[in-house]
Amino acid sequence: MFDLLEAVLPSRLLLGTAQYPSPAILADAVRASGASVVTVSLRREMAGGRGGEKFWSLVNSLGVRILPNTAGCHSVKEAVTTAKMAREVFGTSWIKLEVIGNHDTLQPDVFSLVKAARILCEDGFTVFPYTTDDLVVAERLLGAGCKVLMPWCAPIGSALGPVNIMALRSMRGHFPDVPLIVDAGLGRPSHAATVMELGFDAVLLNTAVAKAADPVGMARAFSKAVDAGREAFGSGLLEPRDVAVPSTPTIGRAVFS
Amino acid sequence: MKLIVNGEALDSAAATLAVLLAELDYEGDWLATAVNSDVVHKANRAEFRLSDGDRIEILSPMQGG
Repeated sequence: MFDLLEAVLPSRLLLGTAQYPSPAILADAVRASGASVVTVSLRREMAGGRGGEKFWSLVNSLGVRILPNTAGCHSVKEAVTTAKMAREVFGTSWIKLEVIGNHDTLQPDVFSLVKAARILCEDGFTVFPYTTDDLVVAERLLGAGCKVLMPWCAPIGSALGPVNIMALRSMRGHFPDVPLIVDAGLGRPSHAATVMELGFDAVLLNTAVAKAADPVGMARAFSKAVDAGREAFGSGLLEPRDVAVPSTPTIGRAVFS
Repeated sequence: MKLIVNGEALDSAAATLAVLLAELDYEGDWLATAVNSDVVHKANRAEFRLSDGDRIEILSPMQGG
């Protein structure tokens, strides 16, 4: 079990709901992943449309906790307004706060992120900030009232995996008591296992599962990797050594010459 | 009265946001609304009076990462 703020979650995997081949495959992938939190968004509804209603019904049927996002927002005002609209529609004060600062890398605008986080925390939101692995920004976000941090490990949708292990390790070391969820950039189950081995509390991913040839199988694979990485972290990993060390005892070996 | 609804220009005589939503066949608990970038909660739509040039956003749940 995973204690995340006021929630007790059965899984350390959080899953996005975008880009699946069909709603049915999305539902099957969520179930296969064992995820107990899924991310959702808000978009313009067509007049007389029922697209949002169908999706909302599907997500509700999964029995998972909802983490709405502010994806696509580029300013404090946009992000704060979107968060408030999400709270009304989804009935949760949880918000994955995204304030994008660069169109090419989808890098967060960390200055606006801190400002928006402060406004939303003061308004009673539980803010999950999508941020970089910068320690100073992390400090500012905690100072703004955030109780959890979600650093990227590579640009959104890039599938590059953890490109700066040292920074992630440093973040874990600096904030031993803050829930840290790696969000964005994971491409393979081994990437998820790697960050979990570093001691991160959970991972949030979307594209790597949704765009796999078999999203349901990939969801299952990520679930196993997250569990394996977490158990490995808790079991004490062997540190790398520069010399060979025989694993088979040398005492008592036969001598034939 | 000229309005901008979800980015599209619209002529409407709707006095309130609730009337506009009904006029455009929007209904349901899954909608969120904002006027001129400020949230208008569901409970306030019936009293929220529209003005010429208002920019209205009507959003609903969508897949997200």
